[in-house]
Amino acid sequence: MVRPHRNHPLWFAYIVHRFSGVCLALFLPAHFYVLGLALKGTAELDGFLNWTEIPLVKFAEVGLVFLLAVHFFGGLRLLALEFLPWSPRQKTYAAMATAVSFFVAGSFFMNAI
Amino acid sequence: MQNSTKNLDVSVWRGDKSGGAYAQYAVPRQENQTILDVVTWIQRNLEPTLAYRFSCRVGMCGSCAMMVNGKPRWTCRTHVRKVLDGNRIEIAPLRNLPVIKDLAADMAEFFDKWHKAEGRFHPTATRDDDIVPVLPDSPRRKAASAGIECINCAICYAACDVVENNSKFLGPAALNRAWTLINDERDGGREVRLRAVAGDGGCHNCHSQQGCMTYCPNELNPTLSIAGLKRVTAMAALKGEI
Amino acid sequence: MLNVRLYLAQRISAMVMAPLVLGHLAVMIYAAQGGLSAAEILSRTQGSLWWGSFYGLFVIAVSVHAAIGLRVVAHEYLKLTGAVLTAFTLIVGLTVLGMGGRAVVAVVM
Repeated sequence: MVRPHRNHPLWFAYIVHRFSGVCLALFLPAHFYVLGLALKGTAELDGFLNWTEIPLVKFAEVGLVFLLAVHFFGGLRLLALEFLPWSPRQKTYAAMATAVSFFVAGSFFMNAI
Repeated sequence: MQNSTKNLDVSVWRGDKSGGAYAQYAVPRQENQTILDVVTWIQRNLEPTLAYRFSCRVGMCGSCAMMVNGKPRWTCRTHVRKVLDGNRIEIAPLRNLPVIKDLAADMAEFFDKWHKAEGRFHPTATRDDDIVPVLPDSPRRKAASAGIECINCAICYAACDVVENNSKFLGPAALNRAWTLINDERDGGREVRLRAVAGDGGCHNCHSQQGCMTYCPNELNPTLSIAGLKRVTAMAALKGEI
Repeated sequence: MLNVRLYLAQRISAMVMAPLVLGHLAVMIYAAQGGLSAAEILSRTQGSLWWGSFYGLFVIAVSVHAAIGLRVVAHEYLKLTGAVLTAFTLIVGLTVLGMGGRAVVAVVM
């Protein structure tokens, strides 16, 4: 249940940006560890990559792509807010960032299945 | 005994800085009624010890700001029928500020931060100097004018989650004020003000949630002002001025 | 808990990463076709100065960006301050830099 004073679109844009950033930051060490398996040759890395065939993992990958995309496009909105002249269309940009992120994650999904 | 559908079911926070709880009151419903009317009715008819603030009761002074059904509002300009949740209203003191008693919040830290952000004008001329011509259409004057209607009601301060989570954050009102003074060509405190808003509690902690501009009854936009401060301080830092 | 310098580092690292993230998203969408395999990934990256520079720069920028980003979260939610907060920031930055650098070496060398 979201507190009443937070119930407006740009607060949700902020919390999505924070949530995606924290998730990506927590994901990175795992990501780097898996890639680091290549140091021991291809066998161990392939062993891990086999896991990526199962649907649950593919689903998680789509989620990660969405998180990266939404953090990226939301971040562009913030850079524009801070460094370009003010635009009154902040809610529109936040909505566009979310929409494009769904599109990117969707493209990944269509390729991954 | 009045029919209960003719009464409002009002919860009012009562207590002080050591804690408190919501008390329930039944308030007769009127055709035209503001939240301030409701609070006043309770204090006059049911609970003489209820503490609350108001002054002008016409939306000019900002004294009556409180949390109404979880949102910070001027109670004198909030019609009951606009915020009614079924038959219920919940009234509490402004968020993010310590409580003195009941609905009266302690505004001291809000004004302290106004000072910390160098919200004070630094004069550069005396009565013997010529008047500085300030063109009302100049970009800097327009930027200053867009933010000067602040009456320090602390609604933006109550709405802001960065204020909630970061005790040093100077807050939307103080930073908005700093921005108007940065744009005031008569002011001589630019460097000290830039340093004041570029430190640990400064403008860079704003996450652009825009709760401040959503709830400001004067339709000011502290997020816009803070974005301006971010640009000016970034340039100054890159140039080695601060 | 940001000051102007940390803010600048955060925003500049973000701007550096903008084209890198777009490139990475494009690579991921392309590479997802037909499943992932070590051979496919390494055939792209191994011995490539270009990919080494791309991902090397990405790792440096993301270490700065993630460390400062998590610094803010650690201050606002975990209430860390002062030396503890600085230590937290450094540890995050160095961990991401170290593990990331190792990953780049792993796929490029």
